[in-house]
Amino acid sequence: MTPADFSFLQSFLKTRSGLDLAADKQYLIDSRLNPIVRKRQLGDLANLVRALRTGTDKALENVVVEAMTTNESFFFRDKTPFDQFRDTIVPAIAKSRASTRKLRIWCAAASTGQEPYSLAMIIKEMSGTLANWSSEIIGTDLSTEVLEKARAGLYSQFEVQRGLPVQMLVKYFEQQGEMWQLNPAIRAMVQYKTFNLLDSFSGMGQFDVIFCRNVLIYFDAPTKRDVLARMARQLAPDGFLVLGAAETVVGLTTDFVPMNGCRGVYLPTGKGAAAQPQLKAVNAPGLTPSSAMSGLSSAAAKPTPAASNVLPLTPSRFRT
Amino acid sequence: MKTCLVVDDSSVIRKVARRILEDLGFVVSEAEDGDTALEACSQSFPDAILLDWNMPRMDGLSFLEKVRALPGGDAPKVVFCTTENDIGKIARALRSGADEYIMKPFDREIVEAKLLQAGLIA
Repeated sequence: MTPADFSFLQSFLKTRSGLDLAADKQYLIDSRLNPIVRKRQLGDLANLVRALRTGTDKALENVVVEAMTTNESFFFRDKTPFDQFRDTIVPAIAKSRASTRKLRIWCAAASTGQEPYSLAMIIKEMSGTLANWSSEIIGTDLSTEVLEKARAGLYSQFEVQRGLPVQMLVKYFEQQGEMWQLNPAIRAMVQYKTFNLLDSFSGMGQFDVIFCRNVLIYFDAPTKRDVLARMARQLAPDGFLVLGAAETVVGLTTDFVPMNGCRGVYLPTGKGAAAQPQLKAVNAPGLTPSSAMSGLSSAAAKPTPAASNVLPLTPSRFRT
Repeated sequence: MKTCLVVDDSSVIRKVARRILEDLGFVVSEAEDGDTALEACSQSFPDAILLDWNMPRMDGLSFLEKVRALPGGDAPKVVFCTTENDIGKIARALRSGADEYIMKPFDREIVEAKLLQAGLIA
């Protein structure tokens, strides 16, 4: 790829999605855009850039942005943020919202739905604490394609084995041949909407919790500051912002401060930060394996050849 | 170092599992059926057991039920690792005392995620 084409793509992606593509990320362009080149029979990346430069092929622009910004997701990714949500954030909100009994959550990079559904399952498990509460989870993403998958709530055997406790698989999923689908009750807890974080948040309403994990790392510092400032306006004064493990607000904004003892959790500056909730280390009673096991029956065995027992062959998977 | 007993009648699977588990810091021993595994457990319990379902002599489910009935047999974390992917079978394994469940085919990522889930690695 010529420096001019790379520079065009950098600028195009920055404007359209906020993605700050560093000079050493040429390999990302190769791996993510070459499938589009093949699918559209464009011949090579130079032709793809040429087509983008015309500014007339909106469908191509969309698939390029989606390909470059779509990132993998899995259930209960990194585990700790979900433990913190269950053990600290929800109990604090249960106390502070006891009179209204309303909980609004925004997953700002919902991807294929694993994060919002993980939160939905936790909320379901905490039905004792949140009895008669109204909870709303909004999942947004730039990519229409990933949100279609999120809405379907249909995952492969591989996807349901990364991070999802097997007790929750049995309790909240229905087997659909080789695939697994979240049951309608959990799917109904999440609403999805295509949304660009560079656009105005004014129509989103106020949230008690915002999960915005592993998105800011792709933005440059001014874009990060802008997104954080606008998120601060959408978050309740005693709400919680949850960022990814590699992200922080420190040095970027004074709108948030880190929450004591909860890495990755941030509080709006002012009232919320001044009255940090006490940490709790109490597990929700519903998360034990035994409580996840009611009403299930056994069925026939399906042996398959031993040779297919180990997943082949992508670089991250084990080779025999 | 934590110990893990890999119970599977396929030597290929045992070899693959051993490589993954040793890489994750486990000391690994092997058994090719439930009967042999039970004998090993009567000497000392490992911290973890990676357990196939369909094996000659004694299958994984029978082995699990017998282990859990032994004095101290509730200690090892048992992770099924099997081609049995029916939800009813998974539920049955959990009722019998399994801590986690891997549906084959598997890879290092899945094994690691399940061991993390079972509290065997941090």
